[in-house]
Amino acid sequence: MNKTMTLADAVDRYIEDGCHLSIGGFTINRNPMAAVYEIIRQGRRNLHLYAHSNGQGVDELVGAGSIAKLEIAYGGSGRFASTCIRFKKAVQEGTIAVEDYSNYQMSLRFLAGAMGVPFLPTRSGLGTDLIARWGFSPSMRTGDPKLPDQKLCVIDNPFKGHTDARKVVLVPAIHTDVTIIHVQKADCHGTARIKGLPFVDVEQAKAATHLIVTCEELVEPEELRDNPDLNQIPPFIVDAVVHVPHGAYPTACYGHYDYDPVFLKQYAGLARNETAYRAYLDRHIRASASHAEFLQEAAGDRLATLKADPSTGYARDLDRR
Amino acid sequence: MTAMEYTPKEMMTIAAARTIRNRDIVFCGTGISMIAAMAAKHISAPESIIFFETGAIDSHLEEVPLAVADPRVMYRTAVNGSLLDAFATMQNRTTGKRVVGILGAAQIDPYGNLNSTVIGDYTTPRVRFSGSGGAADVASFVSRTIIFMQHEKRKFVPQVDYVTSPGWLSGGDARRKAGLCEGGPYLVITNMAIMGFDDTEHRMFLKAVYPGIQVADVVKNMGFDVDVARVETVPPPSAKELHILRTICDPQKLILG
Repeated sequence: MNKTMTLADAVDRYIEDGCHLSIGGFTINRNPMAAVYEIIRQGRRNLHLYAHSNGQGVDELVGAGSIAKLEIAYGGSGRFASTCIRFKKAVQEGTIAVEDYSNYQMSLRFLAGAMGVPFLPTRSGLGTDLIARWGFSPSMRTGDPKLPDQKLCVIDNPFKGHTDARKVVLVPAIHTDVTIIHVQKADCHGTARIKGLPFVDVEQAKAATHLIVTCEELVEPEELRDNPDLNQIPPFIVDAVVHVPHGAYPTACYGHYDYDPVFLKQYAGLARNETAYRAYLDRHIRASASHAEFLQEAAGDRLATLKADPSTGYARDLDRR
Repeated sequence: MTAMEYTPKEMMTIAAARTIRNRDIVFCGTGISMIAAMAAKHISAPESIIFFETGAIDSHLEEVPLAVADPRVMYRTAVNGSLLDAFATMQNRTTGKRVVGILGAAQIDPYGNLNSTVIGDYTTPRVRFSGSGGAADVASFVSRTIIFMQHEKRKFVPQVDYVTSPGWLSGGDARRKAGLCEGGPYLVITNMAIMGFDDTEHRMFLKAVYPGIQVADVVKNMGFDVDVARVETVPPPSAKELHILRTICDPQKLILG
């Protein structure tokens, strides 16, 4: 079955206002940015977003006003923003509801969703406010059938101290309506290959009802089957395959291009200023008909300087000051 | 700058690098923790392994990564795993005991509990920070954590506004009772001094000050009392250590600049 479609069609078909969403990537790497910008363009609102440390994409969705509720471990973009700026502002102004977890807790929550179990145990976070304090109120939780009634549960080790653990924390499974990941290679059926670190993309993909895969290269199925050990995403979990070169820009895509330090620095500056940020949303994102136009507007000739050295996977000696 | 002049950031980085032992597995975050781990491989611990929560194990760092997901951490690793692998390595009671974690925070209390989430009330915060990321996981699992802090009164507080990452909790054996893994905060390294935690109560004490720093100034910049009876002076960075930092670890001054 051929699942290729345009990005506009994929977002229009699968992302509804208020849906539960997760995106792949980590801080400044392999965020599905083209899809993020398309969600902003199509004006989706009231989304419930699940993130571990999916930095730039989260910040832009929050900044555009697309997110109402956010479950997250980390809102930062490396050296470019130790705390993501629009995220920080939204939480301080109370315009989004936030529930905090740790990265491992969020990763396990996606894994639980992928496995089809209600929860998984860990020893992470015992004794902390991650457990004691809730961002979502009990009534918010009971009022939303998609949410578990509790944030986290601590129980005594039912195996009586086996492995020297007295207690464990149970983290509830996540099932998203839609997950979007950006990969290096995919075929028209949805088989996909991630190069470099996969982060939690594979578990996020499998915890979803619908999966959108955007890819740098759309290749023949034969090419992926020649080296199946390198593939992570099986075709039957994929709903849409979208070919978007530079689809992770301004974040990096290992083996293809680096993150754009100039853009990320500029973004951190204008995200601090309401007028400048609104102008950025209007001029760069909403006025661009496609990701290709956005790239032209946002990066222009700089795009060539980000090209990865095939021997390292990143742009060697890129000026990152 | 001559070889023997140095910045507080360089002193902090070297102080941390010196504590890393050979064959340690070093968990790094962004910033100076990465530089400290890189430097340790050239100073005291050639067989230490740098790994990142993103899953990169034993990265060949030819250039300084600006985030733990920087593509530079993925180059010529032993294994490019996932987040689940990385945290399992720390929770695993065979490998976790070899891991030293380097963390930072906005606030720290006398027992090394860390806040990197909010200042003010959690639901209506005055200031919001990034949140845990992997910090709570690392602090829950590994045998020893080294904590980098700026030495300011508002950061060393009797009680943190939000416990993001567990230290020794309320001290004594509170950590064990809570069910956390064996281990805990080991050192706090600031721009002025190094603090340790005593063996039984696990309360912070002043272990050493940097050359030229007065104990009174250190204490004045903390929001709680610390025992100063055991204080020593940290040897200044050697020419060799500074050379390693400046020419091998961060020649572009991306982190130390």
